Amino acid sequence: MSAVVAIVSPGALASVQDLGRHGYRRFGVPRAGTLAPDLLRIANRLVGNPDGSPAIEFFVGGLALAARDEPLQLGFAGNFAVEIVASDGAKRLLPAWRSVVLAPGEQARCGMIAGSRVGVVAVAGLAPPRLLGSASTYARAGLGQLLGAGDQLPATSVAPGTPCHWLPAPPAVAAPDTPIRLVLGPQDDHFSTAALVTLESVTYTVSREADRMGMRLDGPVLEHKPGMTEIASDGIVPGAIQVPGNGLPIVLLADGQTAGGYPKIATVISADLPRLAALPPGAPLRFSLIDLAGAALAARQAEAELLACLAAIEPLGPEGGIDLNALYTENLVSGMINAQAEEWKLLL
Amino acid sequence: MQPSVRLLNLGDTAVTVEFGDRVDPLLMPRVSGLDAALQALLQAGEAPGLIETVPTFRSLTVIFDPLVTARPAVDALIQRALQAADTQAAPPGRTWRLPVLYGGEFGPDLASVAEATGLSCEEVIARHSGTPYRVYMLGFLPGFPFMGDVAPPLALPRRSEPRVRVPAGSVAIAGGLTAIYPWESPGGWHLLGRCPVRLFDPARPAPSLLAPGDQVIFTAVEAARYAEIDAELRSGAREAASFLDLGAAAQ
Repeated sequence: MSAVVAIVSPGALASVQDLGRHGYRRFGVPRAGTLAPDLLRIANRLVGNPDGSPAIEFFVGGLALAARDEPLQLGFAGNFAVEIVASDGAKRLLPAWRSVVLAPGEQARCGMIAGSRVGVVAVAGLAPPRLLGSASTYARAGLGQLLGAGDQLPATSVAPGTPCHWLPAPPAVAAPDTPIRLVLGPQDDHFSTAALVTLESVTYTVSREADRMGMRLDGPVLEHKPGMTEIASDGIVPGAIQVPGNGLPIVLLADGQTAGGYPKIATVISADLPRLAALPPGAPLRFSLIDLAGAALAARQAEAELLACLAAIEPLGPEGGIDLNALYTENLVSGMINAQAEEWKLLL
Repeated sequence: MQPSVRLLNLGDTAVTVEFGDRVDPLLMPRVSGLDAALQALLQAGEAPGLIETVPTFRSLTVIFDPLVTARPAVDALIQRALQAADTQAAPPGRTWRLPVLYGGEFGPDLASVAEATGLSCEEVIARHSGTPYRVYMLGFLPGFPFMGDVAPPLALPRRSEPRVRVPAGSVAIAGGLTAIYPWESPGGWHLLGRCPVRLFDPARPAPSLLAPGDQVIFTAVEAARYAEIDAELRSGAREAASFLDLGAAAQ
């Protein structure tokens, strides 16, 4: 059955994303795709979608969705609470990491994300338009657009009483001082020995200039060798760390351009990139260098951990069974926020 | 034996095959030769885990899935493709004649470029148009063509103050290269004029109008003619392909 999910409030920079667009980088089209592939896959699994299906990615909090005429199933992944508002105005608060059936006229409002800037909501059967083989939004080139209040996306209705699922143990969160791992290159030979030591020994801070394209870091300057501050443009992938003439690193993320002219001192490994991309402005971070074999091992370990997490998803007990509210909300609820308020705009 | 080729680490999902460190027309056939050879292996199903390749001025970036393959296997694939690559018979590419309305509101830097080069505005237009430029690569923005080489008097460095907004269609020069901005974006190049032809359209099978190896010749048009062409393109009465120079392609 066809149905629509309505965007009541997009919060901050909500967009449709899947695992990215492949095969078009030769035309200058970035990969795009979610900053949080692990959350995307969990949220989709919670509603029974294939793992890489498009879902709604949002920042900070404040995303509100509604079922219009048909019941919908929504899955929430991320460290936030969800307020369900019934058509009569009654409210109940749920933790994320579960799915929920939204009756016609009901709304789901995502609260502030704790300790991270990214959250994902999947909708059963979500079927936004695909362009160039992907539903990922890359608004700069007219590939989709950021979601706005009043937008509607096609989805599939579910029968009332459709069983929901939950993830009893959400993915482990690395301790805040766990270094982000890097592989040197491709232009580490453009930097002084001191720069390579600095990169691995100091703490950087995520600046306020952080979006889906990239993240500027504040901290000590990484010194180029004399006259080596630019290169003839070559290929870039998400995770690459560009260092322009001012010596301050920029980590490219999902919407990062496909080629560029600043030397890249190192590249964040794929296993650690989602963790970096989720860091909110002001968060400290440290880097450590590893070799390619170590990076390949880390990629496989991260995938194994995610697969174990997906396998642990289980049906929720019937209403009146496990009282998830009682179990989880006490620690999660710290008040809902309005992510469209001025103080949050500063962060984006 | 292959002349100097370096494999540079670009994280655990990509490797950049570097043929040289500068913009050099002689490197193009080597990049496109390796690109074609790897694409052939991909089509033949002999490149498990290979996702895509990205050609640039002087290198080819090879993107792979680290859960399906590993660098030693990717390196071996690249070596195999390098041996098989035909770097002599690079296709000549197509030739495009693209209209440009120079100066005025659409080319706000024409006068400053004239001043910086000691040429008149008419001389700048005459030197920028009429000569074939080679499309070296696409990148920075979807469909953005890096083209060269611009004759020395026009080879100015970038503007010291980049613009926050460069309008889509702007025709610009910097560092011996010329380009057309397919999308509104920030940009530091000198804006000489505007081209009405849409460079990137996701609805087209090949979404980018231009491809590496193509040649572009800019043709100066007056404001009235520009408006006419713009209207024809917008209404669908004229297609972008009409700017192909078929005579040149057949040569």
